[in-house]
Amino acid sequence: MTNKTPNIIRQVWSFYVNGFRNMGTWGKQVWLIILIKLFIMFAILKVFFFPDFLKTNFETDQERSDYVLEILTEPKE
Amino acid sequence: MVEFADLSLVNWSRAQFALTAMYHWLFVPLTLGITFIIAFMETLYVKTGKEEWKRITKFWMTLFGINFAIGVATGIILEFEFGTNWSNYSWFVGDIFGAPLAIEGILAFFMESTFIAIMFFGWNKVGKKTHLLATWLTAIGANLSALWILVANGWMQKPVGMVFNPDTARNEMQNFWDVLFSQVAVDKWLHATSSGFVLASIFVIGVSAWFILKKRELLLAKKSILIASVFGLISSLYLVMTGDNATRTIAHDQPMKFAAIEGLYNGSEGAGLVAIGLFSTSETDPNNENLKDFSMKIEIPNFLSYMAFLDWNAFVPGVHDLIDGNEKYGYMSATEKIERGKLAISKLTEFKTAKKAGNEALAGSLRDELTSQDFQENYFKYFGYGYFEDPTDLIPNVPLTFYSFHIMVGLGFMFVLLFVFSLYFILKGQLTEKRWFLRLAIISIPLAYLASQAGWIVAEVGRQPWVVQDLMPTMAGVTRISAGSVQTTFWLFAVLFTVLLIAELKIMFRQIKIGPKH
Repeated sequence: MTNKTPNIIRQVWSFYVNGFRNMGTWGKQVWLIILIKLFIMFAILKVFFFPDFLKTNFETDQERSDYVLEILTEPKE
Repeated sequence: MVEFADLSLVNWSRAQFALTAMYHWLFVPLTLGITFIIAFMETLYVKTGKEEWKRITKFWMTLFGINFAIGVATGIILEFEFGTNWSNYSWFVGDIFGAPLAIEGILAFFMESTFIAIMFFGWNKVGKKTHLLATWLTAIGANLSALWILVANGWMQKPVGMVFNPDTARNEMQNFWDVLFSQVAVDKWLHATSSGFVLASIFVIGVSAWFILKKRELLLAKKSILIASVFGLISSLYLVMTGDNATRTIAHDQPMKFAAIEGLYNGSEGAGLVAIGLFSTSETDPNNENLKDFSMKIEIPNFLSYMAFLDWNAFVPGVHDLIDGNEKYGYMSATEKIERGKLAISKLTEFKTAKKAGNEALAGSLRDELTSQDFQENYFKYFGYGYFEDPTDLIPNVPLTFYSFHIMVGLGFMFVLLFVFSLYFILKGQLTEKRWFLRLAIISIPLAYLASQAGWIVAEVGRQPWVVQDLMPTMAGVTRISAGSVQTTFWLFAVLFTVLLIAELKIMFRQIKIGPKH
């Protein structure tokens, strides 16, 4: 049992590594696009443009509830 | 309309969400359908052992891979927007919306990292049957993944299985099964996935038609057309059926959307269905640009009543019946709903004030009242109406909803005919001679995308002004941030998604031109 587990992990690892290594041109291109896209989404858009409004501005769920309740009950600005 | 939030902020936030969702939906339907077509092809390979089926399977798998890779994670941006631009909405619906989305995220992660990897990397590493199983599980997983998103969307169209907690200002799930098996959610899932099957079938037929016109890969093209025609025909008939069911559900749960779909202003018994109609540029009501008269229409008598209620003489309410009310047929006026909504908001305000003042006794009794069944069914049900002053603000954009619906339905019926003809020509061995049909098949690919997008416009524009039907208007769901920052991200997304789309099309066209590997 103790010998089998690392083997399975190694097999899965080499399955993915070989798969990526033997990818065709189109596969490499789309992976490059995926990585660029994920970088733009998570390292730029999420960090600089899309903070979670309630998480950023309030510390507790109670504060968030109070804020939304205030918004819901005070339509006029 | 109550001055709640800057209209330009609301409109830019809506435009941004619509842009992201529409681009995301460019990638999704092909995945939903082509995975099943690939699974059928691979099943034939495993059954017959013929290498040509393996070659065909691998070719379509490559095109699926390109579409999947470019589209993957585009939906996550929608989740960013929930937190930044729709924070009030996200908080208000949090628990109910969060659960299906979390299931979708987990399912998508495991599906994507496991089964798709086996599909692409496992050809010579796992057995034939294991590989086939992975392909089928990818198809099933992709469609189950869509289920959870559509359950969440279905809840927004018809909120069920929850109770509003005034302490947390959130709707909390009371019955998961009510949310999951809501008729709206089920209809949406079946209709959206079957529309993906139809779109993918048209994609396969269109690309194969191009090969035939170029006199290349004739065997691959003909076999692919045969599979896609059978799958497409069955799916398109099923699509009509699910659309018919969904329309009846809309007539029942979202009568204003239904009236907008048909441009029905004045309800009647035995209402006719406008098969073809053109709106005039002049407005019927100078105070509401959403109401325009038909300058031309072709109507099928009594058909709308049957479509909505399976009764040729049933009363179908029009926009004015829903705004002014119709006692005879049991439709409450918008003014009455607005009054009930305002009462619900004022009770919530009293509760908030009592809590702030530390008056626990009063807060407790108001809490009991707010969560009582009577209050939930008779007042909280109309909570969102309390944000409006003018009942005509409750009318969606009628021409846009009408045109989108009719484009979707018209193209849907055209696709049924396309599959009938392609199946007939391929079985008769006449397809290669029918160059007009082959060209039509290629043109049908963008038309399938148009129909698919039009369907979502009907669903989302038709339900305006609601972000959660009857409970939260769009203007109340939006985060109060500057409209300028939303404009900036709108243009950022427009550029990002357009680049992604161009990249997909470029890689896709090149792979199609290369064709399958010999």
